[in-house]
Amino acid sequence: MSAQDSTFLKTEHEEKSLRQQKLVRMFLMFMTAMLVLPVLGILSVIVARGAPGMSLEFLTEPPRANMTAGGISFALIGTVWLTAVALLLALPLGVSAAIYLSEYARDNWLTRLINIAIVNLAGVPSIVHALFGVGAFVHFLHFGKSILAASCTLAVMTLPVVIVATRESLQAVPQPFREACWSLGATRWQTIWRVVLPNSGSGILTGVILCVSRAVGETAPIMFTGAVLYAPFSPEGVFDQSMALSTHLYNVSTQIPNVPPGLPFSVALTLIGVVLAMNATAITFRMRLRGRKKW
Amino acid sequence: MDSAASAARPATGLAIEARGLNLWYGKFQALRDVNLQIRRGIVTALIGPSGCGKSTFLRSCNRINERLGYVSTTGTIQVLGHDIYGPDVSPIQVRRQIGMVFQRPNPLPLSIRDNILFGMRIHREEALHRAEADAIVEKSLREVLLWDRVKDRLSKKATTLSLEEQQKLCIARLLPLRPEVLLMDEPCSALDPEATRAVEDLIWDLRGNYSILIVTHNMAQARRASDECVFMLLGRVIEHSRTEDMFVTPQKTETADYIEGRFG
Repeated sequence: MSAQDSTFLKTEHEEKSLRQQKLVRMFLMFMTAMLVLPVLGILSVIVARGAPGMSLEFLTEPPRANMTAGGISFALIGTVWLTAVALLLALPLGVSAAIYLSEYARDNWLTRLINIAIVNLAGVPSIVHALFGVGAFVHFLHFGKSILAASCTLAVMTLPVVIVATRESLQAVPQPFREACWSLGATRWQTIWRVVLPNSGSGILTGVILCVSRAVGETAPIMFTGAVLYAPFSPEGVFDQSMALSTHLYNVSTQIPNVPPGLPFSVALTLIGVVLAMNATAITFRMRLRGRKKW
Repeated sequence: MDSAASAARPATGLAIEARGLNLWYGKFQALRDVNLQIRRGIVTALIGPSGCGKSTFLRSCNRINERLGYVSTTGTIQVLGHDIYGPDVSPIQVRRQIGMVFQRPNPLPLSIRDNILFGMRIHREEALHRAEADAIVEKSLREVLLWDRVKDRLSKKATTLSLEEQQKLCIARLLPLRPEVLLMDEPCSALDPEATRAVEDLIWDLRGNYSILIVTHNMAQARRASDECVFMLLGRVIEHSRTEDMFVTPQKTETADYIEGRFG
């Protein structure tokens, strides 16, 4: 056989390798497609069963008839309170810590300890956070069962997300910008304030979104610390107790008798809607900010 | 204060003088007993193979090395007759008064105008008046021959400029702080030949008003755009002489070998 003929022709071994590679590709594609199924399943069931019960009245009216009828306004307002206060607490703390860790801290045992603590904090189950919240905020700090105690618990729980997202977006600002500032005699803070922060806004915002959407949906941490089965009014301050969407969903699904079957799905739809709406807002903001960024 | 200081400076003398300078990155010794006298008002090129310590020496002259945190130094560096490692010396003032240009142009992600004014803004309490600011921007950009090209787009982001313009801007933004000494770390290595020539010409123009220490990998550049040349190898200064002398009659065999391309 002359080398001329077969130089660039397929060999049998190659055919086999190609078949194998096609198979693997299809398998991987199939597994990836499987990912979409649960999302579609959850969404379609909730929309199909929850949508008929949705109306403006459902969102704006308080519950009636032992929560088997009426709307969910108190729960919706309560969730907004809980999330907003949690964010007000977690954001300054988390962003400050991230700035310190990313821009000031040297790599020593203390920094490593702090980093390990953050990773572990993120891994703590939410029910444990709930118990911690009861001990630390409700009893020890005498906040009582209140929005403040519940929001503190949520804040502790979402802190790692805020810190990690902020730190990563700070570290994404190219080092040459910092060097340029330092070589002009800028202090670290001047560098951070004038150059680093303005260019990491979009990443910090992502952290905020993640924090918010996690806080909105959490149930366990607020159940023991500030959320109630039923409150006949919407909260007026951080020391009030309040209803919340997530606990309300739990209650109408499992705790309260004679709830019409569609009601829990309508509550779930509202909850998902709130999270998606927040994510969408934040993603829009983020794309705007990123569009301005060029280097 | 600035103008009084510059008036008092002698017209001749030394810009930088290193005595017995040793520098370690952790345990690795990057500079070994460096003694150098860089004269004022001329361009001095630092040449040598990668890792010979030329950039390290440059970065010691405005103490920006210290930002790394694991650098230790012995010996002294005097800039314009003052020990910059002295006990009362503020690294911030050192960096303010000694300009630095980097390998890759690194304009800040701000407008062209804000890049020029950045140095002034971080170093003074009171706000700049509009007219004063405009004058500073124009003067600085004129000095680097950029004014006519960018005067109509001063509010554009500096990062939209060409690399050549960016590097010139990086030089221009040093000027409002009235530096006497400019340190340049391979300022042309990211530029194409034409841009290199333009920036080189600019550096040559600035000489006289400023003392310029420039690190370069490019032999041809060292040869055509410097008055004196320092050859370093393995953290030591091997030879320091007038550029034409070094390239025509190098005194040390290492210098000759390097210049003729036998290693590096």
